[in-house]
Amino acid sequence: MSASAIGTRPTPLRRRRTRAALPVSVIVAGIVALFFVVAAVFPQALAPRSPLSIDLLNTLSGPSASHWLGTDDAGRDLYSRIVWGTRTSLLIGLGAMAVSLVIGIVLGFASALAPNWIAQPVNRFLEVLLAFPVLLLSLLFVALLGPSAPSLIIAVGIGSAPGYARLIRAQALGVRESGYVEAARALGHTSRTIFAQHVFPNAFRPLVALVALGIGQSVVWASGLSFLGLGVAPPSSEWGVLLNAGKSQITTAWWLEVLPGVAIVLVALSFTQLGRYFQDRSEGITR
Amino acid sequence: MTATTVASTRAAPTPGADRSRARARGLLLLRRLGSAVFVLWGTITVTFIVLSVLPGNRATIVLNVQSGQTTVRTAAEIAAVDRQYGWDKPVVVQYFDYLLGLLHGDLGVSWQLKRTVGSIIAEQFGPTITLAIASLLVAWILTIPWTLWTAGRGRIRGSIGSAVETIAAGLPQYWVGIMLLLVFAVNLGWFPVLGGTGFAGTVLPVFTLAIPLAGFLGQATRTEFDRAVRQPFVLSARTRGMTESGVRSRHVLRHALIPGITLSGWAVGSSLSGAVLVESVYGRPGLGTVLVSAVSNKDLDLVMGIVILISFVYVVVNLLVDVIYTIVDPRLGGTR
Repeated sequence: MSASAIGTRPTPLRRRRTRAALPVSVIVAGIVALFFVVAAVFPQALAPRSPLSIDLLNTLSGPSASHWLGTDDAGRDLYSRIVWGTRTSLLIGLGAMAVSLVIGIVLGFASALAPNWIAQPVNRFLEVLLAFPVLLLSLLFVALLGPSAPSLIIAVGIGSAPGYARLIRAQALGVRESGYVEAARALGHTSRTIFAQHVFPNAFRPLVALVALGIGQSVVWASGLSFLGLGVAPPSSEWGVLLNAGKSQITTAWWLEVLPGVAIVLVALSFTQLGRYFQDRSEGITR
Repeated sequence: MTATTVASTRAAPTPGADRSRARARGLLLLRRLGSAVFVLWGTITVTFIVLSVLPGNRATIVLNVQSGQTTVRTAAEIAAVDRQYGWDKPVVVQYFDYLLGLLHGDLGVSWQLKRTVGSIIAEQFGPTITLAIASLLVAWILTIPWTLWTAGRGRIRGSIGSAVETIAAGLPQYWVGIMLLLVFAVNLGWFPVLGGTGFAGTVLPVFTLAIPLAGFLGQATRTEFDRAVRQPFVLSARTRGMTESGVRSRHVLRHALIPGITLSGWAVGSSLSGAVLVESVYGRPGLGTVLVSAVSNKDLDLVMGIVILISFVYVVVNLLVDVIYTIVDPRLGGTR
């Protein structure tokens, strides 16, 4: 069409083919994500030193050969602390993701597919929830439940649920209006069969991408709350806790603030990148 | 998501009479206003319900927070506090009392600071809203040249542009804050480490919020820019002999800004809540700092007041964006 006349962009067909050949950014993201998953499952394999062992001769020492990422004010090895903290951080992210996905699926499907007398109120309720920024809704639940790892999971999960509900709703609406559902209806299938065989699987498949996107974001929010002192308590080496602990030494020991943050950023970016990739590949997700 | 909704709802302009169009627009604005009022009421109600299921006895929490102890309180002590705050009444009555109070501008009393929530908010709102609005402005100032420079100019520049946006949008605000603080305050010494609310102390917090925000705005703008640059009106502008940069900045950019402006309502809300983190990084006074201490001390009336205020700003800004649209671009009316 007019694309050749203006000459700005390759045709969609060619773009599709290049996507199939795994872009470099996705490979890198996959490796980074894999590293953190291994760190979460087998921390001792990556960091043999204990995250709690104190080395009073080497307090607040910068990155060196013996302490790759430096030490904190009690001489604890920062690299070990970050690696051992991975499990807590990722588990909280995973848990929060699960919570918000369940809520999102229930509310999203209800508002898109349920009979009107259910769908309308659910829709209104969603509209209200969407008026709370994620962090604010999470803070509300932290205020209610008190600071701890389980309450972080619930708070961040509920906080990010409305956004997912909206995406799932759009997805379900798209599937409901599609040709194959209409065909199934014309063939005389019951609405239950249509939901189980057509609507649910097709609306659900793109959610794989959402899971990857969501874990990264949940880790960011949960660490943010821990950074504020409203999440996991200090003996843990969850990344937000590390950031919070290093705050007072920011002028003398930069590594305590920068490096745990790098871990958070790497997790967020790599999972987001993977999520995007799945999202682009699975057809028909509404963005 | 917003980009696609906005684009797909552009119906062809109907040639009807001006008066009926004005009436339709008025009705539309009224409906928007109605739904904004509904959402506001909803946020107040949700907040109230969430905080009223607080586990444990409220009066005990108040007494313990005020005295700094954790002990079991006698029935007489609890009854006194309950009466003072009206907690001896049924929850439904408390709810209507709270709503009535809100209508009179009464947000309750902070247990911890022993002052009215209204006065605390009035005092702390200024620095925080300044931060939110300034960061939105800076985000746009970063986004527009970046989009003009990278979008719709071939694959390599486009993918560099969008990679930078993806990374910027994915950066946690608190970490951006830490990095800026380390580089520009600790190492270079251009700005104070503990800034306060003056101009010098505001620059770094503003950029902290603006950088991730610019990433989001840039993503939305780029999608629409790439779409708009292939429209027939671009070809027609070129055939009239317009320069490349003229076409891009005068015609294409104008279309590309629409989804980003829609996002601005969301952006103000998210900056206001992001201020919680940023104020903590910079030790800056404001609503966020107050909110964090209120949350950790279970000072619920204060938490409720701030949460409601931020959602209020969010709803009002979104309403304004909607109103501006119906005035500026009549094509967007109705369907959204």
